[in-house]
Amino acid sequence: MNPRRRGPLLGLVLLLCAAVLLVLGALVGSTGFDNPFALGSNDPVGIQIVRDIRLPRTLGAWLAGALLGLAGAVAQGLFRNPLADPYLLGSASGASLGVALALWWLGAAAGSMPWLARLGITGAAFVGAVLAVLLTLLLARGVQQTLRLLLAGVIVGVVLGAIKDLITIASADILQALQGFMLGSTGLVGWPACALMAVLGALCLLLSVALAPVLDGLALGEATAASLGMPLGAMRAALVAVLALATGTAVAQTGLIAFVGLAAPHLVRSVVKTTHAGLILLSTAMGGLLLMGADLLARWLVAPQELPVGVLTAVLGGSYLLWLMHRRGARGTA
Amino acid sequence: MNGLDTIRSRTGVRLRIAAWPWRLLRFGFARVLPVLALLLPVLLGSTAHALQIADQRGSTVDLPSPPRRIVSLLPSLTESVCALGACDRLVGVDRYSNWPASVAALPRVGGGLDPNVEAIVALKPDLVLATESSRATGRLESLGLKVMVLEPRNHADVHRVLDTLGRVLGVDDAPAVWRSIDASISAAAQSLPEGAKRTRVYFEVNSAPYAAGEASFIGETLSRLGARNIVPASLGPFPKLNPEFVVRADPDLIMVGDRSGQGLEQRPGWARIKAVRLGRICRFDAEQSDVLVRPGPRMGEAAQLMARCLREHGP
Repeated sequence: MNPRRRGPLLGLVLLLCAAVLLVLGALVGSTGFDNPFALGSNDPVGIQIVRDIRLPRTLGAWLAGALLGLAGAVAQGLFRNPLADPYLLGSASGASLGVALALWWLGAAAGSMPWLARLGITGAAFVGAVLAVLLTLLLARGVQQTLRLLLAGVIVGVVLGAIKDLITIASADILQALQGFMLGSTGLVGWPACALMAVLGALCLLLSVALAPVLDGLALGEATAASLGMPLGAMRAALVAVLALATGTAVAQTGLIAFVGLAAPHLVRSVVKTTHAGLILLSTAMGGLLLMGADLLARWLVAPQELPVGVLTAVLGGSYLLWLMHRRGARGTA
Repeated sequence: MNGLDTIRSRTGVRLRIAAWPWRLLRFGFARVLPVLALLLPVLLGSTAHALQIADQRGSTVDLPSPPRRIVSLLPSLTESVCALGACDRLVGVDRYSNWPASVAALPRVGGGLDPNVEAIVALKPDLVLATESSRATGRLESLGLKVMVLEPRNHADVHRVLDTLGRVLGVDDAPAVWRSIDASISAAAQSLPEGAKRTRVYFEVNSAPYAAGEASFIGETLSRLGARNIVPASLGPFPKLNPEFVVRADPDLIMVGDRSGQGLEQRPGWARIKAVRLGRICRFDAEQSDVLVRPGPRMGEAAQLMARCLREHGP
């Protein structure tokens, strides 16, 4: 089949798989596999668990994965680097620093800071992620120089990570809670979080697809892109904003989920060749499916205990990518 | 809380009475009756030295005389040493040791997992009490220090660690300290009305959520109090739970630290849990949490805290 025609088909397959997993997600829980349709109306707890816990967390996993997939595609296009991932601009370290600070203050003076309690861990993570990206932009003096931006992002990441470590050393009892955040978890995603992610996700998707031509232009080099008459500065700034918003939202709700943002665009590219608009759309669907599948396994494999979902995404996505690279290498087309 | 003060004052007094006569006696025996001196280990049991004691790794630690300069790298071991009345022999502690208040004046030598080797060596300890997971154990031993690995994880461990430390320190207090802990837990259990017992409890360690199961020392204390844990022993001591498991188990009472308990009511689906609906949530502040999560001589105090929670918030 013509590789260009594969795009819509892949999109359809990804969404269908997601729909199947959503149904499966409603069936799998702390008791292993059970059928909510068989519960009937005589088990209000069962119904409530499916409605208020399993469905939002399954859907939330898809949404968070989708946001990360989208951010990954945007990052790889923006930096013209296949190793780029959504956390490149320091948002991961910023978010974990935000969480560490929130846990620390909440523990030290729970009553005295009602605004912090209202902001909560989720809000602190989001604020941390966005502030980290702003700091990166400040250090890089804007978005004009890709290399400078990359370097600033890495440095901000390292410095903020070190400050977070200092806080955990000073206050060891936040260590476990922080580790829970760092490994990622979809267990506490509710309907409000889903709604928030859906709205922001739609916004990010619209913006990034509208701005995708600039990524296509950038792929040909900055000079070429500029010669095409694109307002590079403004469009790039907008893409960085999308990147920060999508990553911050996902990270705030589910913690630092590894690898989805890096793997999703690669998985898409291994199947289809498409423009950046197509890549962003498909990568969004791919990221969602990846995290949803991982979430399902995370609570199924050792029920009623849970594996950290970030560990599974790395194992799943990573081994598939490795296999892909191995196969291509063997064919000599890598 | 009261239980602990009793332990401290009692052990403090006993040490002052006990240490001097023994040493005089041993000195006299060794001169006058060397044969008796050979029998001394049998006669005096734990107070005799030189000692060879196997630690938790299974390696034998040689102690020619009772250690006088001890570095402790675990808060529960610091507390155990002090409960045995040997607080004055500590010359350094890890950064998380904060009880009794007197250890605040001691030099800090880093954390249990990331100790400052140089600082420890500089203190010239004749014994270092370390945890199993510490990477520094081998390094400290190669520098010629005596390291003893002790890491209590349950009630039996606490008992055993107290006994071992008692033998190491050459004091006879270990059985009394353990009896006092045990009595304190029993008293806490007896203070509960019948209704408060059989309460189904969820003890959250942190918001991931990790829980304290029946197999943990916290779970053991809860069992002694007669409460029922929603997390069975088969899941291990501190399992990471699917939050849905807690909703389904529908506990009568939730025990949680201040920090982890933030926003507990807002977690999806948790509003319908009986304990949340009826406001039966005990939130422990940082100081109380320290008491609850350390398997050491303050377990009796921890039992009192849990019993108070069961009395005040239980059904």
